[in-house]
Formats: sequence, structure tokens, C-alpha cells
Amino acid sequence: MTILGRADYGRGGESQEDNLDSASSGRHGTYGRYVLSRCLGALGSLAFMLVLSFFLFRVMPGDPARTLGRGRFTSPEQLEEFNRTYGLDQPMLQQFVTFLKNTLTGDLGISLRYRVPVSDLILDRMWPTILLVGTSTILAGVIGIWLGVRGAWERGGKFDRISTGGSLTLYSMPEWWLGLLFIAVFAVGWGPIPGLFPTGGLHSIDAEPGTISGVLDTMWHLFLPVLTLTLAYLADYALIMRSSLLDELGEDYLTTARAKGLRDVQVRNRHAVRNALLPATTVVALSLGFVVTGAITIETVFSIPGLGLLATEALSVPDYWVLQGTFLVATSAVILANLAANLAYGLLDPRVRT
Amino acid sequence: MSTASATPQSARALARDRRRQAWSRNWQTFRSHRAGLVGLGILTGFLLVAILAPVIAPAEGLEVTKATGGVLEPPSSEYWLGTDDKGRSVLTLLIWGARISLFVGLAATLISMVIGTLMGLTSGYFGGWTGAVLFRLTEWFLVIPFLPLAIVMATVLGPSLVNIVIVIGVTSWPGTALLIRAQTLTIRERPYLERARVLGAGPTHQIRKHILPNVMPMVFANTTLTVAIAILTETTLSFLGLGDPTRVSWGSMLDDAYSVGAITTGSWWFFVPPGVCVVLVVLSFTLVGQALEEVLNPRLRER
Repeated sequence: MTILGRADYGRGGESQEDNLDSASSGRHGTYGRYVLSRCLGALGSLAFMLVLSFFLFRVMPGDPARTLGRGRFTSPEQLEEFNRTYGLDQPMLQQFVTFLKNTLTGDLGISLRYRVPVSDLILDRMWPTILLVGTSTILAGVIGIWLGVRGAWERGGKFDRISTGGSLTLYSMPEWWLGLLFIAVFAVGWGPIPGLFPTGGLHSIDAEPGTISGVLDTMWHLFLPVLTLTLAYLADYALIMRSSLLDELGEDYLTTARAKGLRDVQVRNRHAVRNALLPATTVVALSLGFVVTGAITIETVFSIPGLGLLATEALSVPDYWVLQGTFLVATSAVILANLAANLAYGLLDPRVRT
Repeated sequence: MSTASATPQSARALARDRRRQAWSRNWQTFRSHRAGLVGLGILTGFLLVAILAPVIAPAEGLEVTKATGGVLEPPSSEYWLGTDDKGRSVLTLLIWGARISLFVGLAATLISMVIGTLMGLTSGYFGGWTGAVLFRLTEWFLVIPFLPLAIVMATVLGPSLVNIVIVIGVTSWPGTALLIRAQTLTIRERPYLERARVLGAGPTHQIRKHILPNVMPMVFANTTLTVAIAILTETTLSFLGLGDPTRVSWGSMLDDAYSVGAITTGSWWFFVPPGVCVVLVVLSFTLVGQALEEVLNPRLRER
């Protein structure tokens, strides 16, 4: 029943884009409205983020100029000049409009430390983060789902106890501390173990990017960070997938599938896992923030020149515009990923479209 | 359930009796969760160490000027866990660090619980405009990634113990709020609340006397899980240098160890123990929280 319904829906779903406008009747319309409401929700989140970041950086601390330039001004003229450059002498509403206009046109201010536009810095530092986080997320997703499925299917067994115990321990661990341990053991070397990997960075000084040896060199540098992040992420995925599949185990349709004479593996992969994946998607989408957390701390520990390191380097100055820029980018990324997950969920499971 | 007794009891005594029975029943169920019990044991141990810190390890062991050991000395009979870069005993730092980490974890959770419960109750109980606006606000907060927001807030507020507590408390409530809201929505429709409304109970009475006692178990189980996350966040923020510079916490110890290069010199006694403590405490809170959830939520127990 469920499976038939979904297969039926899948066929309709492919052609829904050209039907978005005529949102009146039938399944297309329902999904159209769902997409619309989700997009509006995401827009709301983005607007909220803008307001929040405006207030955080301009209103909360008594005098923004003093906080933003912490101890950098010696004369009143300098202070006045600073106020004028950043428009801090204008009324609040005017400031907010300027902030909106600048942010939406990609002007995120000038870094106090590097003296270059923050948007250039962010574009420059984006790729290492995407490489690191992307690789780790994919690896963690595949391994985590596999662990969770096998654990739930053989629940209470030896495999389940080891993988759940391991996942819980990894979940309780600051991921950067695990990274430090890996550096101490595998990069510096401990006892009989020689230091096999570099302690940080994205590539060696003499490596030529673009060549095969350059790519291999980067892979060698990224091995430990990717390993750490994968372990940190997969704990979440494995635990979520396990509990999601456990929820499905008592369902009647599994008994039916078994009664039909399907083999255990078929019951698991074609029926149970398919249904369990859906709720797991939402939980994962809601906890996407932890992906960002991992990126920030792991890049710091392994000195990978990505967005996370950019943000933590900005902390000591403190370089407010860089902090604000990275905050905006990280938050928008999470909001958009969340939206994508929701849209995919709505496409796969008509029940959530309310 | 109650035993038939000859003497008539007052309503209050009855209620007290029933509550006691429920507690002992729940404790029996909890005791059957070995992992939860182990977690509870470890937590009790850490709590005792934190409370008794001044007795076990005199506070002057924290003062750099009175440090007696050498720089980064390996463990010896005098310094069981070696010394840090300033010649202080790592064990002393660890014991005092437990205080800060547990305090921040518990205090931040208290803030987060109060905000989360209030938001969840009001947005769940009051439909219409108020409910919708509060629900949206919760959802917006929920998607904002936790650490970047915490970093930004901690930077803007400046580093101090109270600020760290505020930052973690204010950024970690949306999950609780959604949970409480969902629970409130189902309770609101139950017949006994309808009865209360018909009898003329106002919103305050309904929430205080009927809804709150029903969601409290959920809040309780959720609290233990939130403490775990709060302690992890404190560690991470301190490691990034956003903690209170005048206090020793497990996170600030790791920050020190990292910045003096204990990792590259192989001074494992400086950076392994704080991490192990964090893992033990966070894992224990998680295990206790999971056991509590299963005790208080019968639906989970069935499977």
C-alpha cells in the first residue's frame, strides 16, 4: 500500500515543476503549495538571520564603535572617522537599510586584519571547506547508515552493542580533541608508531597544484582531518538511522513482506530501510548545524585554510566583519541545505505535505 | 493500584502516596538499565570531586606563582598526572576544571530549559497569532547553526563565566521548545482538560495544574541530554579561547595544551586526561538521559 502509493507519486513528481503555477487541484498542486510554504519559511529564516546579525554586531554592546575598534582609537577624530566610514553616525533604521543593501549585493565590509573585502576572503577560503566537509559528509553518510541499519536489524547482538557503544562515545567526544589525538599519534608519532601524516595544512610548500603529485599531496594532507570529521559525523548518522529503523521494525508491512516469502535482506533493504530513511532525513536536516561546528574546529586544529579557520583566526583580533561574514555564509548554507532536505522529503513522502 | 485501607485518606495524602509509588516504580525500571546506572555512578563520582575540590586539592595549586613543579613534567609519584607548562599539577587543574565544566553545563541547561519550556508551553497552548509567531521564532532559531552563533555572541559579550553560561543557554533552547510544544498540543485536546475548561479553569490554572505536570517528565529527560551538549559546547568555546580566562576548565586546559605545543612534544598527560573527563561526563549524561527517556516514555520501552 505504502510502496504502491509512493511509486505512483514518484511518477507524478517528475513533471511537477511546470505545474507549480496552477496550484489548485491534485497532487501537483499540493506539492506546489508545500514547496511555496517551505521556501517562504526559509526566506523567513534568512530574514531573521539578517536581523539577528545586525543587532548582534551593532546594537548589543553599548557603543559599537568602541567595541568594533576595541582599543584601537586614540583620538576623538579617529573615532568620528570610524563612525562615518561604517555609517554608525546615522539613525538605526537608516543603518539597517544600508546593511541590508550592502549584504544583499555581496558587500560584507572590509576585513580589519587583511584589509581586503570580506566577500573576497570568503570566496577564496570556500573551496577547502567544501572539499573537507563534502568528502567527510558523504563518507559518514554511507558508513553511518550502513552501521545504523545493521545495528538495528541485529539489535542487541554483538555488532549492535559495539557499533552503538562506539557511536555514543564518538558523539560524546569533542571532535577536535579526537583530531588532536590523531595528530599526536599519526602525525607526530607515538612510541613505535612513526609520524606518517603531516600535522596540518592543505598541501606542502613545494607542491604544484593541478598535477597528479599535487593532488596526491593534498589527499595526504587531508587524510587525518577527513578521518576525524567522518568519525564525528557518522556517530550522529548511525544513531539516527538505528532509532529510525527500530521504529519501523514492528510494522505490519514487514510481516507481510516476510509472509510473501522475501528473503531477510530483501525485507530489510526494499521495505524497512526505504521507510526508515525518510524520518532520518528530517532529523539529519535539523542537526545540520553540527556539520558546521565540525568544520570550524577541525580546520582550526589541522590549520586548513577554509572558512572555519578564517572565523577562528578572526576571533583574536577580533575581526568583526569577517566574523559576521562567515556567520552569514554558514547560516545561509545550513538554511538552504535544510530547505533542500525538506523539499526532497516532501517529494518522497506525500504525507508530510500539509 | 492503591491498597485498600480502612481509614479514609485526604486527597493530598492520596496524591502523595500515588506519587511515591510512581517514583519507586520508575526507579525500578531505571535500575534495569545497566548503562544508565553506570552513567549515574560516574556522574555521582564527578559531582563529589567537584564539590570536594577544595578539600582534595588545595586552591593554591592553581596559582602560577606558587607552582612547584617543572615545565611539562611527566607523571611521577609526586604529580600523578604530571605538570602543565607553568609547573602546576595537572591533576589539581583537572579537579578544579570539573567544577567549572559541571557548573557551566548545569547553569546553561537551566536557562535553556526555562526558555524552552516557556516557549513550548505558550506556543503550544495558545493557538492563533501568539502560537504561530512563537513557533516560527523557534523554527528560525533551530536552523541557525549553534557554534557560529555562540562564537559571535561570546565575542560580542566578552569572555566571562556568566557570559558563557548565557551564550550556551540562549542558543540551545529551540529543540526543547519544539518537544514541549508537540507534547502540549496533544495534552490540550485530552478530555480532562476539556472538563477543566468547562468548569471554568483559566489558561494559567490549566497550564500550571494540568499541562506542566504532564510535560515535566519530558523536560526532565531532555535536561540530561542538554547538559551533555552544554558541557561539550563549553569545552569547544574555551578551546577557541572564548572561555573565562581567569578560570580553569577542561576546555581551557586543552586550549593551553594546544597553544604550548603539548601535542607535538608528546606531553600526553596534559591533553589526554581533560578530554577523557569530558567524554566520560558527556557520555554519562547521555546514557542517563536515554535511560530516563525510556523509563518515562513507555512507547520507547515496548520495542
